Amino acid sequence: MSQFITGNSWLQLALYMAVLLACVVPLGGYMAKVFQGEKTFMSPVLGWLENGFYALSGIDRDKDMSWKDYAIATLVFSAISFVLLYAVLVFQNLLPLNPQKLPGLTPDLSFNTAVSFVTNTNWQSYVGEAVMSYFSQMVGLTVQNFVTPAVGLAVMIALIRGLSRKSASGIGNFWVDMVRANLYVLLPLSLVFAVILGSQGVIQNFGTYVTAHGLQGADQTLAMGPVASQEAIKMLGTNGGGFFNTNSAHPFENPTPLTNFLEMLAILLIPAATCHTFGVMVKDKRQGFAVLAAMTVIFVPLVLLCVSAEQSGNPHFNALHVDQVASQLQAGGNMEGKETRFGIANSALWASATTAASNGSVNAMHDSFTPMGGFVPLLLMKFGEVIYGGVGSGLYGMLIFVILSVFIAGLMVGRTPEYLGKKIQAFEIKMASVAMLAPCVFVLIGTAVAVMCKDGQAGIYNPGAQGFSEVLYAFTSATNNNGSAFAGLSANTPFYNTALGLCMLFGRFFIIIPVLAIAGSLAAKKTVPVSAGTLPTHTPLFIAVLVGVILIVGVLTYAPTLALGPVVEHFNMIKG
Amino acid sequence: MKTLVSNLRPALTLTVLLTLLLGVGYPLLTTGILHFGFPSQAEGSLIRDESGRVIGSRLIGQNFDQPRYVWGRLSATGPAPYNAGASSGSNFGVNNPALMDAVKARIAVLKAADPDNIAPVPVDLVTASGSGLDPDITPAAALYQAHRVAKARGMTDDQVKALIRKSSYNRTFNILGEPRVNVLELNLRLDGKLK
Repeated sequence: MSQFITGNSWLQLALYMAVLLACVVPLGGYMAKVFQGEKTFMSPVLGWLENGFYALSGIDRDKDMSWKDYAIATLVFSAISFVLLYAVLVFQNLLPLNPQKLPGLTPDLSFNTAVSFVTNTNWQSYVGEAVMSYFSQMVGLTVQNFVTPAVGLAVMIALIRGLSRKSASGIGNFWVDMVRANLYVLLPLSLVFAVILGSQGVIQNFGTYVTAHGLQGADQTLAMGPVASQEAIKMLGTNGGGFFNTNSAHPFENPTPLTNFLEMLAILLIPAATCHTFGVMVKDKRQGFAVLAAMTVIFVPLVLLCVSAEQSGNPHFNALHVDQVASQLQAGGNMEGKETRFGIANSALWASATTAASNGSVNAMHDSFTPMGGFVPLLLMKFGEVIYGGVGSGLYGMLIFVILSVFIAGLMVGRTPEYLGKKIQAFEIKMASVAMLAPCVFVLIGTAVAVMCKDGQAGIYNPGAQGFSEVLYAFTSATNNNGSAFAGLSANTPFYNTALGLCMLFGRFFIIIPVLAIAGSLAAKKTVPVSAGTLPTHTPLFIAVLVGVILIVGVLTYAPTLALGPVVEHFNMIKG
Repeated sequence: MKTLVSNLRPALTLTVLLTLLLGVGYPLLTTGILHFGFPSQAEGSLIRDESGRVIGSRLIGQNFDQPRYVWGRLSATGPAPYNAGASSGSNFGVNNPALMDAVKARIAVLKAADPDNIAPVPVDLVTASGSGLDPDITPAAALYQAHRVAKARGMTDDQVKALIRKSSYNRTFNILGEPRVNVLELNLRLDGKLK
């Protein structure tokens, strides 16, 4: 494999992982303070705002909620967000900040986009610069880019409280968790990122589109907009919905190698750090590091596979006397759909990070990846977005796998399974099973329906197995709330807008509700003291079990579809 | 039902407050800071001629197909290439016959413009970029075209190569990204419009 990964690629990958992991402890510890209600260095700046929000909204910050109340608050808030966003999109022509005089979106596109942003998916059925007004981008999409990761963090914190409280009836206050996530975590980080990105060339203005008079005499339209502010939270909140159609491949979203590094860092920054937040809040940091280790053990080899697949290039080109070999003067490799400034390593690393997390932004077109290079993002999504995963949703998804692993290990040694002193019983396992199996059902049935019906087949772009992969990728991405695409698929049709919209909804809330149910059930339990028979859950052995469970569930469930898509396409490619 | 109703007030009020803070206040604050600190970047890194007319953006590629200019990546935007009002990649899969047709057509055009050049064609010169707006090509792709451009302009190859070096960017901190040549800047230099 090493001949397909250049020395510089190794360096860039190593630097990325080093910086990412170095941020885990400081940011994770800070978030633990935020969610335990402690004062932080941001409190003097934002405390008055927080208190003002509670006062105006009639929120009693000390009121503890049962898991059912917590779930209802989550659903009510998401429903109102949906209605508001839908209205903004449909009536965009009547609203301000629309210098291009863009019309309102169609009902099916508005439904799809509103669901997409309310579920933290950010699937793009729309072409941003041709469809969305600045008002829709800011007041509609940017707001959801903040509040949906905040909802994810709130649900995650509720689950952690379930694990750390004893004989408690409540799991915290949804409103307080959600507001604090926005004010103390997402807003300050976004402002810092937005300013750095802007200094590098990410645009931020409200002007009409500029007409440039090019050197060869042709006119060129340059789309404008308030991009930097949206770009920052798009990356930090595992959102991924681009201001422009081509997302972070667009130079106005991602102009330089430095912005690219920072945006990639932002993808995994909060999800990785939440592992430490978890460790701090359950008062056993080793537990957080064990979870982080399991994620990293799965992530790194898949990144390397993706880089080497892309670096090896397209074998069909060899007969055409095309130079694909990496050298001092070029990155080489499979450059279709990739940007020169990012080359192979950064495109492949981004593709892996954005699908390991439920970010879904792209800086290269995944549909044009080699079959094995495209297999990596597809597989990472199929693991259920738990390899770092979405903000909040990654860790609560991962803890579902932990609970399942503890259960399986408990069965093997013949003891009642327990995790962090909490007995894992029938109710938890039932709920964990729902959370784990529901997405598989929507992905597989959705794909099957789409490839069998006319409306589904009509959207397919590339011939052969890649066409099947496009549909499979779409349903996998929507259900797991990722949002990236094999973008050849024409998804802006009533069929795909509706079908994928429903998958996004089910994929989000069929996990959130069982997770909160588990949180409530665990919070009510007593803690069992550690004994000689307790399975330690911070050891390399347990990490191996956890990794094994994730791989087996992910690969076994989807092996036939992966074989029909990327694997067939790979053999088609190498047979020449 | 009681919980449902009791949640309506916080849900509605917070939606309004958060929309004002995050959807209005935060973007405006960002705009203010960037227009104060980095006004040119905030407006799109535009390049203007002496009369103030916008020629292009140094971040956005332009379509070049005349032999006297260095050409950029293929662009899959519609209706014309390098339309920065509708960015798009080709989305061709590796086995798509249309991809092979596009590559062959590009090679044919390159060979027709420079029949003496027998070097293998650098891959980025025959493939479409992700955005369709890639401002850069690799140094390999720029050097591949140096002879054609020099001949069309009556310059020596070395003069063109010197300008290529001037328009080249190394990796950031010698690690991040890839070495590249900004095509618009290079062509402006060839025309004597940029120092």
